Amino acid sequence: MVTELEIWKYLEEVFDPEVPVLTVVDLGVVRAVKINGNSCHVVITPTYSGCPAMKRMEEDIIDKLTEKGVENITVELVLSPAWTTDWLTEKGRIKLREYGIAPPENEADKSTLFADPVIVPCPQCSSKNTRLVSQFGSTACKAHYQCNDCLEPFDYFKCLR
Amino acid sequence: MNSLFEYLLRLGDDSLILGHRLSEWCGHGPILEEDIAMTNISLDFIGQTTTILELAGQVEGKGRTNDDLAFLRFDKEYRNLLLVEQPNTDFGFTMMRQFLFDAYRKPLFEALMKSNNKQLAAIAEKSLKETKYHLRHSSEWVIRLGDGTEESHSRIQESLDTLWRYTGELFFSNEVDAELTESGVLPDMSGIEAEWKQTVDEVFAMATLTIPESPWKFEGGRIGKHSEHLGYILTELQYMQRAYPNMEW
Repeated sequence: MVTELEIWKYLEEVFDPEVPVLTVVDLGVVRAVKINGNSCHVVITPTYSGCPAMKRMEEDIIDKLTEKGVENITVELVLSPAWTTDWLTEKGRIKLREYGIAPPENEADKSTLFADPVIVPCPQCSSKNTRLVSQFGSTACKAHYQCNDCLEPFDYFKCLR
Repeated sequence: MNSLFEYLLRLGDDSLILGHRLSEWCGHGPILEEDIAMTNISLDFIGQTTTILELAGQVEGKGRTNDDLAFLRFDKEYRNLLLVEQPNTDFGFTMMRQFLFDAYRKPLFEALMKSNNKQLAAIAEKSLKETKYHLRHSSEWVIRLGDGTEESHSRIQESLDTLWRYTGELFFSNEVDAELTESGVLPDMSGIEAEWKQTVDEVFAMATLTIPESPWKFEGGRIGKHSEHLGYILTELQYMQRAYPNMEW
C-alpha cells in the first residue's frame, strides 16, 4: 500500500508547465495528501486565479500517480488560505535563480500604492543595479526586469502576499 | 429572489465583462509591455469569474455551471456595472476605467474577506492579492498620463469626464444587499465608498486631474438595465456556444 510520504515523493516528479524547473512541491501548490484505504486525495491551490497552468498541473498529477500505480486519485482545488510566494520552498528559490528567473524578494504589502520599488538582484551577474520594465511579464506570476550592468533582460517571480 | 445568487452575479459579471474588455487589447496594445500587462490582468479577471460563477451556480441550485452562466444568459440577466462595459476607445480611457474600478474592488474584497460565507471569503482573499497589483498598475498610468504631456493630460481628463457619471453605481445597494447584510454574508461595507474616494482624490491630485462637477450619475447595470454596448460584447462572447450548442474546446 502506498504511503503519504511516497505520494509526496512522486509529486516531486510533476513539474510546473510554465516554469519547468519547479516541481508542484517546490511551488508550494500542494496543500495536502490524504490516503484513505485504497484511494488517494491530493489538495492543491492555484497561484493566480486565472493561471492556465493549474488545469495542466492537475492532469499531470493524476497522470504521474497513475504511472506509479496509484489508484482512485482525486485532486481538489482549494482557494483558502490563498497561495502566496512565501509557499515557495527554499529549494525552489535556488532552482529559479539558477534557471535565470529572480526569485521573489521580501516585499512590503502591495496595498501601499507608491512604495519604493523593490531591489531585485540580476540572476545572471548578481548586480543590484536593475530596473523594472513591467509589473506584468511573460506569465501572471512574473514581472519583467532588466539589469543595468550586464544589460540582460530577466523575469522576476514577483512577490504575492 | 435568491439574494446571494444575485450578489455573486454582480461580482462575477463585473470580472467577466471587464476581463473581456481588456482582452480586446490583445495584439493591439500601444507597447508590447502593456499588451502583455492588459492580457495578464484580463486573465486574472477571467480566473476570478470562473470561481465566482461556479459558486453562483451552486448557490442557485439549478445545475447551471459557470460556463452556462457566462455564455447562456441574455443581456438583461447580467448584473455588471455600466462602467465595465464601456468600450475601450483609447489606452488612457481604458486605464481610467480600470483605475476607477480597481480602487473600488480593493476595499470591496477586503470587506468580503470577513463574509460569513466561507467560499465567498476565500474568493475575496485570493482575488485581493491580484487586485493590489492591478490598482498599482492602473493608478501609475493615470498619474503618468495626467501629469504627462498637454495631449495626454487633456485626453485622460476627457476620459475622466466621460466615466465619472458611471461611478455612482459602484455603491448601488438594494434589497439584495439589505438581506445579505442581515444574514451576515455581507459584512459592514460602509467604509468602502470613503476609501475609494480617498484613493481617487489622492491619485487625481498627483495626476493633476479634476473631478467633474456635474452630479449626474447613471445606473442600471445592477438590475439588468445595460447600455447598448453589452449586447455587442455578448454577441462576440457567446457566439460559439450559440452557434454550436454544448461545443467543447
